[in-house]
Amino acid sequence: MAVKSNLKNMVLCLTAVCLVCSALLAGAYSLTKSPIEAAAKAKTEKSLSAVLPAFQTVEESVMDGTRYYTAKNGNETVGYAIESGTIGFGGPLTLMVGIASDGTVYNTSVLSHNETPGLGAKCTSDKKFMDQWQGLDPAQKILSVKKDGGDIDAITASTITSRAYARAVAGALDVYKKIMEGESHE
Amino acid sequence: MSNRFKLITDGLVKNNPTFVLILGMCPTLATTTSAINGLSMGLATLFVLVLSNMAISAIAPVVPDKVHIPAYIVVIATFVTLVQFLMQAYTPAMYETLGLFIPLIVVNCIILGRAEAFASKHGVLDSACDGLGVGLGFTCSLTVLGAVREMLGSGSIFGWNFLGGHDGMLAFVMAPGAFICLGYLMVLFNKFLKKS
Repeated sequence: MAVKSNLKNMVLCLTAVCLVCSALLAGAYSLTKSPIEAAAKAKTEKSLSAVLPAFQTVEESVMDGTRYYTAKNGNETVGYAIESGTIGFGGPLTLMVGIASDGTVYNTSVLSHNETPGLGAKCTSDKKFMDQWQGLDPAQKILSVKKDGGDIDAITASTITSRAYARAVAGALDVYKKIMEGESHE
Repeated sequence: MSNRFKLITDGLVKNNPTFVLILGMCPTLATTTSAINGLSMGLATLFVLVLSNMAISAIAPVVPDKVHIPAYIVVIATFVTLVQFLMQAYTPAMYETLGLFIPLIVVNCIILGRAEAFASKHGVLDSACDGLGVGLGFTCSLTVLGAVREMLGSGSIFGWNFLGGHDGMLAFVMAPGAFICLGYLMVLFNKFLKKS
């Protein structure tokens, strides 16, 4: 190495390296900030249109730490989309649960998960599992897997993921009830 | 010229990071659940490796010995964060799949290893070739490992299912399958390629 390791050189070198690097990062951050936000927004919109009936406007609100979206056609509310999280097999599992104005589940979509590929990760691709949530009426069905005495068909070999999914949907329905109570008080 | 070409092929075969040097096992085992995941992890690492090798070979002469590790780590971390921003902005789906393993490229032994063993002692262009070679070696190994695990474990290749919706041998998608596949691929690699 060409440069002597005395205090002055070391301080100068590290300061210079850190300055250049942070300048680079600041530049990259400001350049990618809007595409990153756009990507996150596109994702939310995509999941909203997947889990709700056709709507014109959507409003974001937060209740007890849960984010939910109210979808409207003019003045008429067509449904709510509720972000509901729980712990799956591999970590947090977050769903977007769409609830139609009659209180039934319209559709669900996975926002993020850490489930095992080929097993629990099928909760994003297994058609039979995903379709059973459409039009599900919480008054008629018990929201737990058949193994636990409920009405939900679990994904083969992924009972824990299926249980978590059912729990998240049930959680969203609880939030929906609270939203309804809140509105009837107004 | 031929010397630089050799640097690239060395990284692919003689110094293959996965099958010969056995470095960077954490991302290797964890992200190769499918061919496409392996490929994108490899490419992200390749990108960081080439840039960090070039930057480090350029600054090495003015970095005092006692602080070379912190200086190199800052450089590497900068490039990793750049990759993270770019992936988050332009390939959000991929970013979510690889998630935690992108920031972890910082502590990938391959990158600091090449910086120490090669880039700090060679010129910018040679270091770029070395980074390209080792990065390609890493990318190929991860893609092959991912493809084998995906074929055995999920019955598909690059997401295309050839078993008609039936399940594969699920163990291969999980950690034990990763070790088994890696072991066999290492044996095959060393038997047929390393000697030449």
